[in-house]
Amino acid sequence: MRSFEYVAPRVLSEALAAVAERGERARVLAGGTDILVQLRAGRRQVDRLVDVKAIPEVNELSYDPHRGLRLGAAVPCYRVYEQGSVAQAYPGLIDAVSLVGGTQIQGRASVGGNLCNAAPSGDTIPALIALGAVCIVASPATTREMPAEDFCTAPGRTVLQPGEMLVNLRIPPPARRSGAAYLRFIPRNEMDIAVVGVGASVVLDDARQRFVSARIALGAVAPTPLLVKAAGEALAGQDVSERSIEAAAAAAMAAARPITDMRGTVEQRRHLVGALTRRALRRAIQRASEE
Amino acid sequence: MTSVSGKGVQVVGTRPIRHDGMDKVTGRALYGADIQLPGLLYGKVLRSPHAHARIKSIDTSRAEALPGVRAIITAQDMPDITERIGELGETMYNLSYLKENVLASRKVLYKGHAVAAVAATSPHIAEEALALIRVEYEPLPPVMNVKEAMTKGAPLLHEDLVTDELGKNGTQPSNVAKHFRFQKGDVEKGFQQADVIVERELQTATVHQGYLEPQNATALWGADGNVTVWCSTQGAFMTREQVYQLLDLSEAKVKVVPMEIGGGFGGKISAYLEPVAALLSRKTGRPVKVVMSRSEVFEGTGPTPAAHIKVKMGANRAGRITGAEISLYYEAGAFPGSAVQAGAMCAFACYNLENAQVDGYDVVVNKPKSAAYRAPGATQAALAVETVIDELCERIGMDPLEFRLVNGVKEGDRRVDGPAYRRIGYLEVVKATREHPHYSAPLGGPNRGRGVATGFWFNAGGPSSCYLSVNADGTVGMVEGSTDIGGSRVAVAMQAAEVLGIPAEAVKPVVADTDSVGYTSVTGGSSVAFKTGLAAYEAAQDVKRQMVERAARIWEKPVEEVESANGVFHLKSDPELKMTFKDLAARLLTTGGPITGRASVNARGAGPGFAAHIVDVEVDPETGKTQVLRYTTVQDVGRAIHPSYVEGQMQGGAAQGVGWALNEEYVYNKQGDMTNSTFLDYRMPTSLDLPMIDTVIVEVPNPTHPYGVRGVGEVPIVPPPAAIANAIYGAIGIRMTTLPMSPGKVLEALQAKGKRQR
Repeated sequence: MRSFEYVAPRVLSEALAAVAERGERARVLAGGTDILVQLRAGRRQVDRLVDVKAIPEVNELSYDPHRGLRLGAAVPCYRVYEQGSVAQAYPGLIDAVSLVGGTQIQGRASVGGNLCNAAPSGDTIPALIALGAVCIVASPATTREMPAEDFCTAPGRTVLQPGEMLVNLRIPPPARRSGAAYLRFIPRNEMDIAVVGVGASVVLDDARQRFVSARIALGAVAPTPLLVKAAGEALAGQDVSERSIEAAAAAAMAAARPITDMRGTVEQRRHLVGALTRRALRRAIQRASEE
Repeated sequence: MTSVSGKGVQVVGTRPIRHDGMDKVTGRALYGADIQLPGLLYGKVLRSPHAHARIKSIDTSRAEALPGVRAIITAQDMPDITERIGELGETMYNLSYLKENVLASRKVLYKGHAVAAVAATSPHIAEEALALIRVEYEPLPPVMNVKEAMTKGAPLLHEDLVTDELGKNGTQPSNVAKHFRFQKGDVEKGFQQADVIVERELQTATVHQGYLEPQNATALWGADGNVTVWCSTQGAFMTREQVYQLLDLSEAKVKVVPMEIGGGFGGKISAYLEPVAALLSRKTGRPVKVVMSRSEVFEGTGPTPAAHIKVKMGANRAGRITGAEISLYYEAGAFPGSAVQAGAMCAFACYNLENAQVDGYDVVVNKPKSAAYRAPGATQAALAVETVIDELCERIGMDPLEFRLVNGVKEGDRRVDGPAYRRIGYLEVVKATREHPHYSAPLGGPNRGRGVATGFWFNAGGPSSCYLSVNADGTVGMVEGSTDIGGSRVAVAMQAAEVLGIPAEAVKPVVADTDSVGYTSVTGGSSVAFKTGLAAYEAAQDVKRQMVERAARIWEKPVEEVESANGVFHLKSDPELKMTFKDLAARLLTTGGPITGRASVNARGAGPGFAAHIVDVEVDPETGKTQVLRYTTVQDVGRAIHPSYVEGQMQGGAAQGVGWALNEEYVYNKQGDMTNSTFLDYRMPTSLDLPMIDTVIVEVPNPTHPYGVRGVGEVPIVPPPAAIANAIYGAIGIRMTTLPMSPGKVLEALQAKGKRQR
């Protein structure tokens, strides 16, 4: 590992300045569960790490039934699932944060970091996309927003420009009779990378007979996590039935663009997209119905 | 746990807390990577990026110029030991191959093959220096499995290697190092007598032992020419032998200090870093520490061979095996010497066969030189034999355990390769398995299946030494040479305690360096509780004899008058006159001086171990994923000295076997690069992948050991892949013939079956 500079500002503006000063040669350090491994393995090189764990805005975790969730980019996974109101409002997010790494990793790893690492298989990203999360990105000069599905641009790459950093995420409050779920397939039962991940969220009508709307997002089957609009459209206005679930699964399978690598083949991944979409939808529907 | 408890023993069979337990759970135990010495330098190894290439040149000048770099070595720095190699011929390891494996001189034979090493003032500088070493390679096409390697015109790993074909040397260079055969009876006649014949071809993957602690070595080449090596090894004397031979020194010039060992399973017998650290120390005059990363462990140390196996077995309607033949093609890795020989001896070792033939092929491929892994070679062979037997049972409609009672080995039966069994417990194990409630329990759901399989391992003995010294407080210091990879320290100490009639806690075991204890052979072959247990037993007898003499002297009576039982010495003629071990220990220094005992043994007559496993699985038909629901291991252990560690070995072996069966494999790309050299993508089972593994200890004492000990550590890894394959068949009706039976492969098989049925 090459030597680098480490700074730990306490104020957001200082952090933004510290990042902007070094442009591409700076990286933000939150939990460090990806960046430190990458630096040690020589897969990434930096001149400066900017530790943001002491900055209030980046560590905010607050839920309001009207405003929704504000999730600071550096908030570690365990805080998300240990805060009762958040866990109750966003079980689909909890599915994902409690799958990241193992228990020790969840003590450090953040949802924002998972997003910035931009792995196609990142577990929290399909969940964020399904929940309609919005990313708040800042530079010393400006602040901009984009939906989570637009944040990743390629494996390991994001919309962040040199000098920009992800400050926090906002997730809208859950609609009435809505439910969400995230499922992944791994060969083991923990400590693994998703072969396929599927995030699903649904809003049902008052009678719980029809889908008002739905969002399906896929992980590990394209260069970035994918929002499959066609799958959501296949459900909107339809009866809650195995037939409509099957149509959504078919749309998801059609949208998947997997590759064959050591974790799975094209055929296996496409098949799993179908199986997991069905399972994730059933779980989301069940949660929406229980509400 | 079910156990036949022993009679007439106080310590053997109990469960004291292990002597090294507190240090290990509190993190105080010292491992090789903990070593810190004044002036310590850090070494790193440059490894080949190619699976197969000729080394054209190595330029270290830029690396040498990097501030902080103190020395760089290549194969050119290894002493010329041509003469020594000639003198030694073939020993346990082939020295010329070992030398070439430690640092490649002409060719690199696998990705990860060591090419050069750097010592620097920090590990980071050493790492940067590696990037500055320029190696010019001429890449060659790699051969990555036995089929490729045995194809006519295949690229050759060793231009000078010819096949030892049934004892005769071939004339053409080849990737097949050896072909051997064991025969008994007439196998063709046997097949003619069969009512049912099953023939299968199977494939297992390259898998690693996966010990938690990476290889490490720290060496100090003193100004007086004496070399000290601190390392993680299964055998300090074995390491000493490899180091002094490779460095062309005399034996006594090298001292090996075995540190605590974070797992070995057979993988920490061969030297990798020790000679490198020593040469770097010679060049710098300072101590040098080299520690492998996990990727280096995967890519640069010895996994167990992948195997290609053809098997054919026939049985009559009565369930008697009439004929059996098997051909085992094992990947040796870059240099000859896979575990195929052991695998061939184990293949049919559970069955009393009249007509059988076993062929073994040792084949070199462009993968790391294979190493021992827990019952080396036996698991691959058992996968083939035990799944085919399952199929035979299905075809003739016989319970698979009943079948094993009909065909199973007992005292007097001979293995196909010759040796006859003394008292063994195979049939007892099978009976205990059949009687276990697991075997008849309902499966409780769809897509579930139950499988059984059995296994054999030889177990070993060998030379070992032990010293005991009596302390004034009644405790006894114990010095042994057996490095402790599985809780053996306590099992050995308990055998000394039993003889002396003192608590296990009163014996204080120390694993000593090669200057401080007599020769002790490697911790391997499940030998330590047997051989070093025997040494401790004999050393304790030596102490006891002297203690009796001392009591006699104190009482001024003839030695014959003094008796000792359960740690109390008393006079035959006056039982009221007695002293405890502790009382007598307190008086030693004033009654004639200290007492020490010693023994060196060459323990022979190790008792073979047999195991039977029952496993229930559920296969997810939508994803192909197999979940192990219930697991029971049954094993003849001879006598369980410390039942907890015996159970631990049974569970650990089963757990590793589950990994081997379901997910573990070296994944290679077309260039021959391993693409999954991390624990993230090399998937060993986690605690969530395993149920609590139930253990049934069967005790058929080994008559050649005073307490009846048989080795226990290895045989539990033999049945799992076969048992799981049989269980998967029960769940989904598909005979899986390729390991690992990963979700992707099972899914493919399910889809293929679905298409056939449509």
